[in-house]
Amino acid sequence: MSDASAPAVHHGPPTTFLRKHVFSLDHKVIGKQYYALALVAVFMGMVLSWLMRIHLVWPNSPIPGLQFLSKVGAPGGVMTPEYYLSLLTMHGTLMVFFVLTNAPFAAFGNYFLPIQIGAEDMAFPRFNMMSFWTTFVAFCLLVLAFFVPDGPPISGWTAYAPLSAVGSDAGPGLGMGQTLWGLSIFVFCIASLLGSLNFIATTLDLRTKGMTLSRMPMCTWAWFITSCIALLAFAVLLPATLLLILDRVAGTSFFIPAGLVISDKLEPHQGGSPLLWQHLFWFFGHPEVYIAILPAMGIVSHILINSLRRPLLSAKVLIYCMMTIGFLSYMVWGHHMFVSGMNPFSSLVFSFPTLLITIPATIMTLIWLGSIYGSRLRITAASLFALGFISMFVSGGVSGFFLAQPSIDIYLHATYFVVGHFHMVMGVAAIFGVFAGTYFWFPKMTGHMMSESLGKLHFWLTFIGTYCIFMPFHYLGLAGNVRRYSAFTDDFLVPLVPVHKFITYAALFTGAAQLIFLYNLIHSRFWGAPAPANPWECTSLEWTMPSPPPWDNFGGKHPVVYHDPYQYGVKSSTGDYIMQDSPEEAKVSA
Amino acid sequence: MATIIHPPVEPGQQDQLRTGVGSGNGSDNRLPGDGSSRSVEERPSAPVRTGIWVALAAITMMFAALTSALFVREGSANDWHHLPLPPILYLNTVMLLASSATLEAARRRVASYMRSAGVGRDAAMFWLYSTLVLGLMFATGQYIAWRQLRAEGLYLATNPNSSFFYLLTAVHLIHVLGGLGGLLRVIYKLQPNVMTLRRSTMDATSYYWHFMGILWIYLLFVLWLKI
Repeated sequence: MSDASAPAVHHGPPTTFLRKHVFSLDHKVIGKQYYALALVAVFMGMVLSWLMRIHLVWPNSPIPGLQFLSKVGAPGGVMTPEYYLSLLTMHGTLMVFFVLTNAPFAAFGNYFLPIQIGAEDMAFPRFNMMSFWTTFVAFCLLVLAFFVPDGPPISGWTAYAPLSAVGSDAGPGLGMGQTLWGLSIFVFCIASLLGSLNFIATTLDLRTKGMTLSRMPMCTWAWFITSCIALLAFAVLLPATLLLILDRVAGTSFFIPAGLVISDKLEPHQGGSPLLWQHLFWFFGHPEVYIAILPAMGIVSHILINSLRRPLLSAKVLIYCMMTIGFLSYMVWGHHMFVSGMNPFSSLVFSFPTLLITIPATIMTLIWLGSIYGSRLRITAASLFALGFISMFVSGGVSGFFLAQPSIDIYLHATYFVVGHFHMVMGVAAIFGVFAGTYFWFPKMTGHMMSESLGKLHFWLTFIGTYCIFMPFHYLGLAGNVRRYSAFTDDFLVPLVPVHKFITYAALFTGAAQLIFLYNLIHSRFWGAPAPANPWECTSLEWTMPSPPPWDNFGGKHPVVYHDPYQYGVKSSTGDYIMQDSPEEAKVSA
Repeated sequence: MATIIHPPVEPGQQDQLRTGVGSGNGSDNRLPGDGSSRSVEERPSAPVRTGIWVALAAITMMFAALTSALFVREGSANDWHHLPLPPILYLNTVMLLASSATLEAARRRVASYMRSAGVGRDAAMFWLYSTLVLGLMFATGQYIAWRQLRAEGLYLATNPNSSFFYLLTAVHLIHVLGGLGGLLRVIYKLQPNVMTLRRSTMDATSYYWHFMGILWIYLLFVLWLKI
């Protein structure tokens, strides 16, 4: 398998407009389509977060225009508590599924995995196209929930039963809105399974001559491990959402217990287990967060090696750590359920692997930091975001150590401490990985350079802004501030409102800073300086081709790989690095 | 950068190049270098072979989730009422297992047809159509089983047992219908005016179909034991 040559081209060059730009079989176009979808989703999610933050600190003030989004949810522009929960649900769902699963994994992975292993395309190009358009259908189904009369569901992105299962008796948005949510996620699972299948088959079977598994770049390894995790995780969420949909429309009782009286009405269900939904959901949900972070770790590692101009302390250990994280991620789901009423002994059983999983994550961090120590890091927007990722991953990750202990979690569960933890690791660190990848690969994808100065400005404003937003969340959680509250009227919460005000200002400021990125992206796409083939002097195979690459990647030729992607700091004819496909041997380390 | 450049490979040439290199490397539907059937087996994985195992892993995981949901649901309340399985299920099982046997016969005949350059297509098609017919009979039998349950007043939401019965059999049947689609694709690709079937496609389709049979045995056992 190690020297299997890539097969002949799967599909001919696209000729029609639809084939070139819409229903493309080209993994590069599909990658860009995923990226565009993620970009739309992230801006929607960000606007939702602004609306939420504004409401939290000025609950009685009208938000101009909101009444046009929902007359019932925001009469006169003043958000009702239920609509706050609706926006919260959509924010979470959009961000976790359509941004964090799409951008680092589906977008960059689709674009660069085949190239980095020397293949002409993914193993199954038609499945690839199907997986993107299925994701798009899922996105449309979700967004449709905004426009049904009752609005989006109020049960959170976690959609706990029985609230999510009983129907419109239990509150606004729980009728058609929740059903649309369920259908959207069901369809998204199918899309993700198709995508993961493609990634795995491509990585195992389409590597070019000389590209052994150990010579694959870090990000390729990360995408491969992520796709293995995603395959098994989404295969569990799929039946879970099916059961939820059946409870809602077919009258079954998988999750709805007997004797529920909601709005003075006895629900005609019995015998179901709400805890079953939590188990099924979190069995998917915990691997999902590693699906969100692992590609970012891989991208950041790849960029860091390039920017340090020397290999990491141990790339092999880093890869083993990623595999260990992937493996352990299936054993920790109960740490989301410490206070759910399940057997307290099981809390011990889940707490142990949760603490164990911090070990490979710490090893990875130490490898990154140890590799940076004593190096002469090239500072670019991409490498700044890579460093920022490490900072955010540490800051957000250490709160996980606390939450892993059931005794502490009893207090901190469902407080802002948890919200701070997952926003820092997912909402910031993973997004920093996406930013880093964007600044790094934009020249290759478009043939234009982004503005480095705007990129650095974007980094500093975002770095400072996100710390200002999310660090105070930990303080709020320790002070007992409950999450998913739309107003802080309890006596013990009133003194925390000034902290919330600060956070809201920081959120609006940081959101505005993202416009710099958007401007940079669009302006550079059309008017950026032309990009050379290898502006970062990087060793991996994507930098051997023109910017942007031709439709068949390597022009019908199959590259032969001679090296791992860590040949930096060596004397060679190209400078201080050797490309993977160069037969030149390293002479003396610099 | 010095890259060793291979001349672009024409799609038709590729298999011949591969068989020229060594013992049956990579030839999906061409005569192997030394003509022996053993070397036809020694081929590197075409992506579809890896892909089908990956897909089967995902399907296994899905049914594992449904099985654990069944066990949890059984234990969560006192409303578990065993229902007698419609006897037609056992007949359906026989038909599904028979279809696996016919598909295996078809697969071998397709392989020998590919080796013999044009002889034996009819036998291959006969066994493929037999598999298709048996598969459709299985699907019909499952539908009859549902009708029988409905006649007894057992619908999807009647009790948790009936819910899981319909759920498990329906999800399995959806996958079987997908397998039937794969079979139709194989049959289409063997039509005289098409003739683009690869060994790997045939193999992947048959692995999937056999898995549906094994999965059904497992589900039948779970249904018999629990439902």
